[in-house]
Amino acid sequence: MTGNVSVLAEHWRGRISEATFETLALGREVADQLGVPLTAILTGWNSRHLAQALGVADAVIYIDHPLLAEVIPQVSAEALVQVLEKARPRVLMVPLTNISLAISTFVGTRLGVPVVNFCKDVRVVNGRLDACCVLYGGKIEATVETGEPSGPQPAILGIWPGARPAEKGRVERTVPVTDRAVVLEDTRGIQLTKYIEPEAGDVDLTKEDVLVAVGRGIQDKANLGLAEELAKTLGGVVCGSRPVIDQGWLPLSRQVGKSGLTVKPKLYVALGISGAPEHVEGMKDSGLIVAVNSDPRAPIFHVAHYGIVGDVLETLPVLTEAVGARKAATHHA
Amino acid sequence: MPDALFLWILTLAALGLFGRRVYRYVKVLAGARPEKRWDHLGRRFRMAMVDVLGQRRLMEAPVIGIAHFLIFWAFVFFATSFFWNLARGLFPFLPIPSADEVRWMRLALEGFGVIGLLALAVAAVRRYFFPPERLEKSRDATIILSLIAVVLISSLLGQWFGWRAMRSVHMVTVLGFLAYLPYSKHLHLLASPFGVFFGSLQPGSVPAPSPGAESPGASTREEFTWRQLFSGLACAECGRCDRACPSFQSGFALSPKMLMHHMKELVRGGSNGLDGGRFVGDVVKREEIWACTTCLACMARCPVRNEHVPVLLEMRRRLVGEGDMDKSLQEAFKNLNRYGNSFGAQPRARPKWTQELDFRIKDARKEEVQYLWFVGDYASYDPRVNAATRASARVFHKAGLDFGILYESEQNSGNDVRLAGEDGLYESLQEKNLKALGKARFREIITTDPHGFQVLKHEYPAANGSRLVRHHTQLLSDLLLEGKLPLKKKLKMAVTYHDPCYLGRYNGIFSAPRRVMAALGLRLVEMPRNRTYSYCCGAGGGRIWMEDPPVFRERPAVSRVHEAAVLSNVRTLVVVCPKDLVMFQDALKTAGLEDRLQVTELSELVEQAMG
Amino acid sequence: MHILVLLKMVPDVVEELEIAADGRALDLEYLRMILSESDDHALEQALLLKEKYGGKVTVLALDAPEVDDALFTAAAKGADRVMKIAGQDAGFTTRQAARILSLVIADEPGVMPVDLILTGVQAIDDLDGLVAPLVADDLNMPYLGIITGVALDVSAGTARAVKEYPAGVRGEFQIRLPAVLGIQAAEKPPRYVPVAKIRMAMKSIKIEGVEVPTLADGGWPLVNVLEMKRNEPAGHAEMLEGSAGEVSSRLCGILAERGLF
Repeated sequence: MTGNVSVLAEHWRGRISEATFETLALGREVADQLGVPLTAILTGWNSRHLAQALGVADAVIYIDHPLLAEVIPQVSAEALVQVLEKARPRVLMVPLTNISLAISTFVGTRLGVPVVNFCKDVRVVNGRLDACCVLYGGKIEATVETGEPSGPQPAILGIWPGARPAEKGRVERTVPVTDRAVVLEDTRGIQLTKYIEPEAGDVDLTKEDVLVAVGRGIQDKANLGLAEELAKTLGGVVCGSRPVIDQGWLPLSRQVGKSGLTVKPKLYVALGISGAPEHVEGMKDSGLIVAVNSDPRAPIFHVAHYGIVGDVLETLPVLTEAVGARKAATHHA
Repeated sequence: MPDALFLWILTLAALGLFGRRVYRYVKVLAGARPEKRWDHLGRRFRMAMVDVLGQRRLMEAPVIGIAHFLIFWAFVFFATSFFWNLARGLFPFLPIPSADEVRWMRLALEGFGVIGLLALAVAAVRRYFFPPERLEKSRDATIILSLIAVVLISSLLGQWFGWRAMRSVHMVTVLGFLAYLPYSKHLHLLASPFGVFFGSLQPGSVPAPSPGAESPGASTREEFTWRQLFSGLACAECGRCDRACPSFQSGFALSPKMLMHHMKELVRGGSNGLDGGRFVGDVVKREEIWACTTCLACMARCPVRNEHVPVLLEMRRRLVGEGDMDKSLQEAFKNLNRYGNSFGAQPRARPKWTQELDFRIKDARKEEVQYLWFVGDYASYDPRVNAATRASARVFHKAGLDFGILYESEQNSGNDVRLAGEDGLYESLQEKNLKALGKARFREIITTDPHGFQVLKHEYPAANGSRLVRHHTQLLSDLLLEGKLPLKKKLKMAVTYHDPCYLGRYNGIFSAPRRVMAALGLRLVEMPRNRTYSYCCGAGGGRIWMEDPPVFRERPAVSRVHEAAVLSNVRTLVVVCPKDLVMFQDALKTAGLEDRLQVTELSELVEQAMG
Repeated sequence: MHILVLLKMVPDVVEELEIAADGRALDLEYLRMILSESDDHALEQALLLKEKYGGKVTVLALDAPEVDDALFTAAAKGADRVMKIAGQDAGFTTRQAARILSLVIADEPGVMPVDLILTGVQAIDDLDGLVAPLVADDLNMPYLGIITGVALDVSAGTARAVKEYPAGVRGEFQIRLPAVLGIQAAEKPPRYVPVAKIRMAMKSIKIEGVEVPTLADGGWPLVNVLEMKRNEPAGHAEMLEGSAGEVSSRLCGILAERGLF
């Protein structure tokens, strides 16, 4: 454990999260470069069986406790601190998601070690670690040095979703699982009382092959019709980024992103979406991503395969017509 | 009972009822916010002469205009004779003849009686068989029509057949009419001359917000100005405002006529109107208040000079004061406050449109210029308008004008912010602009934006000692007249022209753009709704920043492009306002008319003609 | 009921961000600061709670360019007290800022007792940690983040908070007060306050100044930024050039190749 690379594995409703696999993939790379083992840390209550999915790691540490059944950041952090304090890893990587957010901060402050957020890449340079972080809504890349061999350990890195493809971290292999016991008193007066499920929408975005996504660049609810035309012509449905849902232009069931759905359609057309990390998180694994935005510097062009710089409202109808014509021709050929 | 005593009793009763009501109205008006309308008495008097005695605005619809003119003069005559006879009846010892004992008076009464009845018949036929849209067909109107008819008929019968009973009928009817007057829409008889006299001398002027008010704007009777309340009393429910209103015609919630009705109820019913709900929001709904484009069509048509727009503006001030508005308007205000433009674009990007010019425009902040060109938000930031803006720049450059712009220091002029009810933001924008203008040295301000023109000319204090503000159509027209704009060829094509609200109705600028077009060799085919009757594109009053509710009729811009598209041989709609350019281009797409018509800014045509 | 709101100014990304000459930080010349978006929501949530349950709202922020605007706006919106910690000469990382805030909250007379501390769940420049968890641990209070709804049970001394999970799922938690919540979104969008009211606040309200406490040396390691650069889009998307018609037909070609027709 000491001196190795550790990854906090998170699970949600009985499954290891995609972000965990991405983080494990990154962890595997760094561990190999440093020449140290990769350990996955799993917490929960009666969740030991999930360790099977963490095969990309060399070992799994499982912390079992009834108070860890639901993730409460301070409680999870307390458990981690108890386990890591005596045997400190070189690096601890924590996925930055709705589930594990804040855990990295708590562990960092309690162990008195550095925390670096928004990491999308980690490189080993001269024996230390350089974390490449995206700041300011994705507009700035900062390289931060941390994880000196002689420095405070562990260096805690908050890993932004999309750092590596999840496939690389998904290995079904039997790995040795070590149980660790912790002493947890209470949940500090925090208690989950119930879940509120989202209302069933008319469509299940995760099942669609083609999604036409709209962002603030669509400017007005009245322009949604243009997007719907394109979606219909392409045989897909319309979805949106958070601002569009917040404005009430689309229902919650159509939200793609951090607090919405994660989708992987064959085609994702992003219209007037700036590409803030919270949205990209939900669609970055789509087969083919085409983005239209009037700002040539929009971060969406990082994740898109094809980009068009232009006025969304002008481009949309022209595109719809071209697609319609092409489709008709294809069908008649 | 002797005649005189009977008459006295009736007269006192009628006057009492009349007086009581009028007194109450006067008291309400006296308790409202003050508004100064005693200036320029001579001008006001002349205005009243033409509008009241000449019935000018009613002549826009000639049939009813002439009929009403005749009814009006008949009324004047009969009123005169009535008071004459009344005096004689009340004071039988007076040594004056009765009106119908004087020969010329009798003839006039007969003549006006007959003509009056004919005119009344025309009005009745129009009202009951061919009513124009939005004419209020109330029971009140029928009562009035009937009473007037009885008055005229009884007078004629009394004169022709000497039936004394008719005289009593006549007197009683008139007295009854007098008593009923302040309770009916015919209060406009009394109120409209005052409405005209105290009318606004500058179209579109609105009272300044009360300084330091805890709650800006108005929602109760005491918070509106007396002139705003008066509009409610003077309304004759004719419906001209509704017929003219682009919002109403599109199916938006706003009806200017209903608004005046609500004001009337407000005056009658107490602080918050008769229903007991709050005036702003409950009686007059939010959708109505926000639907106005401030195009002034209602006020330009209203025969009694009612002031619909200032009323709406006071209510907008109240809503804004409470933070009550739709999210897009809120977003626009936030962006204007922070970045000086409604797009939320960075100030540094404002002059980017100049990069594609092959010459450098002077920076008026650093170099002295003759003309300071206030460009405007849409002209600077909207890519759809940039081509026109550059054309204007090239025209000025080719004409050898010494001009400059304020580059990043220019802020939104604030006109639409003010009319959307955010006076604090308007002041803030004005301050910033005045600061930039104060540092620059120039002789006059020119602008290609009618909205900016309005507020720069009428609301901004003299900047840099200069009071001269011209719209570019005025400048171009003057240059042409002075021979300073060299044209190389004539553009021989048929075009039509849209009079923008802020040049036309607000400032009476109709000829200058037409002179320019004529000089270019263009053949102007007017749309039916031209000059003062021009139909608003729908963007003004901050509406371009608001969400559009779903409507069941054509939006204003779509209606307008259809109007242009049916003109044979016309392929070009000429505009001189950036918002018009944007609205009509969009409307062409919505209406599928892109192949039929194109929207062109006048500068682009001038540039073509300059070769 | 005393609610404390912590506000932070962050670089306004609407303006183009430039890198300073040393290549390790943002160029401050053209930089404008704006209130962190989720902090704005935290303030709104606090005001909504005050409207519903009564009590006072105190706003606390570290000095930064344009922070006065944010504080006066908060006062105009209805905050009862606005305070600014000033006197430092350098910028702070999130972790340092959080420690300063905690020291002031604990030691400055008249701030405690506090029932609820609200702040944004995350800001765009939180490189070395998040404010809410740091303050929660410093003050030994329970914490919950990514909150989109708050209700109070004043007599029981608890709050009910709704937290966002993936896929649109939300969880309702009961949390014992005093507590720290990291707000993702308020129950209503941040209210609009007219400019006239903000200007009135500027004349009538005073921002209370608090001297910045000295931080104990060391205590935790700082992050060392080696380099900062603009995230250029080059290198990922293939950009399609031309008119709308041209790019559309090119795109159709690509879609056809991929068998998406």
